[in-house]
Amino acid sequence: MAKWMNVAQIKEKIEESSAEEVTAHYLEVIKKNKINGYITVSEKALEQAKKIDAKGHNGPLAGVPIAIKDNISVAGLPNSCGSKILENYIPPFNAHVIEKLLAAGAIILGKTNMDEFAMGSSTETSYFGPTTNPWDLERVPGGSSGGSAAVIAAGQAPFSLGSDTGGSIRCPAAFCGVVGLKPTYGAVSRHGVVAYANSLEQVGPLANNVTDIAVIMDVIAGYDHKDSTSIDSKTEYQKALVEDVKGLKIGVPKEFFGEGIHPDVEKAVWNAIHKYESLGAAWEELSMPNIKYALASYYIIAVSEASSNLARFDGTSYGFRASGDNWHTMVSKTRAEGFGAEVKRRILLGTYALSAGYHDKYYLKALKVRTLVKQDFDRALSKVDVLMAPTMPNPAFKIGETIEDPLTLYLSDVNTCPINLAGLPSISVPCGFTDGLPIGLQIMGKPFDEPTVLRAAYTFEQSTDYHTKRPQGVA
Amino acid sequence: MITKEDVEHIGWLARIDISEQETADFMEKLNSVLEYFGQLDELPTEDVAPTYHVAEIYNVFREDIVEESLPQEVVLENTEDKQNGTFKVPKIG
Repeated sequence: MAKWMNVAQIKEKIEESSAEEVTAHYLEVIKKNKINGYITVSEKALEQAKKIDAKGHNGPLAGVPIAIKDNISVAGLPNSCGSKILENYIPPFNAHVIEKLLAAGAIILGKTNMDEFAMGSSTETSYFGPTTNPWDLERVPGGSSGGSAAVIAAGQAPFSLGSDTGGSIRCPAAFCGVVGLKPTYGAVSRHGVVAYANSLEQVGPLANNVTDIAVIMDVIAGYDHKDSTSIDSKTEYQKALVEDVKGLKIGVPKEFFGEGIHPDVEKAVWNAIHKYESLGAAWEELSMPNIKYALASYYIIAVSEASSNLARFDGTSYGFRASGDNWHTMVSKTRAEGFGAEVKRRILLGTYALSAGYHDKYYLKALKVRTLVKQDFDRALSKVDVLMAPTMPNPAFKIGETIEDPLTLYLSDVNTCPINLAGLPSISVPCGFTDGLPIGLQIMGKPFDEPTVLRAAYTFEQSTDYHTKRPQGVA
Repeated sequence: MITKEDVEHIGWLARIDISEQETADFMEKLNSVLEYFGQLDELPTEDVAPTYHVAEIYNVFREDIVEESLPQEVVLENTEDKQNGTFKVPKIG
């Protein structure tokens, strides 16, 4: 069986053989694992595939295997969030997106590795050890959905779900040479997804190609009454897969090409923009002056929301519990032993930013800056259809390079986090290589205008071959 | 600047036990991040309204009808200690 297949090829294979054989193939590739991409491999996957074979292959993803980030609840499978504190937690219910995938016939291969509670850009903060980048096993796969991107690049799953709070889908997609979409805030239900910063994050797909992204979006997107921020946009994603960018107006915000950007990344992104021009699109440079404040605003909001969201991990109703004479000691020790260093830092920062005397200086200020960043996007996107920029200013860095210095690691989110402040859709697609490491082009759009973003990404993919390159080290 | 006492205080507020040794490390790393956050001070925002979230929806109501929910024993499956259908924890004080 071919190691890297798209959804259409998998469906063909299933008709030729069976869902069971296709699932067995992926389980076999996972066994030869060199990248630590999965925290849990499902023992029920084959059984699930057999059931689908027996029932007949109905449903848009009948028998197609998928990998799920370990912060999205799948009933009966551990949901560790890459943390010791949830190591033995088994959710008794499915996230809304999982219900949708199962109804479509998808087979869940397992749960993928991630930065602890999605806090990181390298998957190194996982309690279960780092995932490595299939293109260079000494490098990080990006994060926090590093497992979800690496398993696709390594042929251990055809596609996956991740979550994106400040770039956690797009960053690993760029570093691993795959496609990743962060949908508009509200487009995909967050019910059953463990919250880190709930006003910023969205669940989204990662895949080897843009078509598969649209296929999954047609399954997982839509209204869910269990998520109070859910919005029914009635978008038809696969209909957007049209090879045509004639007349498309592209904005290139110069603030996304800031100091410290790798020259090859800059070159690859400009080559992509010129490719669009040759296909009939027009581009203009523009300025978004408040973007330089987006990172600080993003981190203040993210850590503040985290300090509140993670208060639920108190050793009481689920997860790890340390012993203590009274409730306060038990909780304080549980959290001290159960959380890793980066999670503690973010909870402490958030607690500080929300505490008496500092709330206005940090949290309220950040929310106001968020308004200014959003206005920059509104202004820019009133003149153009999409914005294009590098997803990450640099290619994947070495494991251990930034882990000891939180600020350096935070700075790598500079091009991805502004989108989360504004709640806009954004996709990362492969657009080149530097020294054998993939580079990602980021295409950002208007709220609920995933169709234009997908059309632009699809057209680029049809006229380039970056998405067909595969890492050899894991073959 | 965050002091050693600040770290101890927010550790208590966040219910995270922090050792003497960790305090110095937290102090150094949190201060470097807070210094970076400080750049927002240069941006005037007196007349700007805060954005708590971007979805243009506010109060979401539903009819007050009892729906099916998880059975009690399933909810209690993940706890370390339980008694008579409740979560059991050490005494508060």
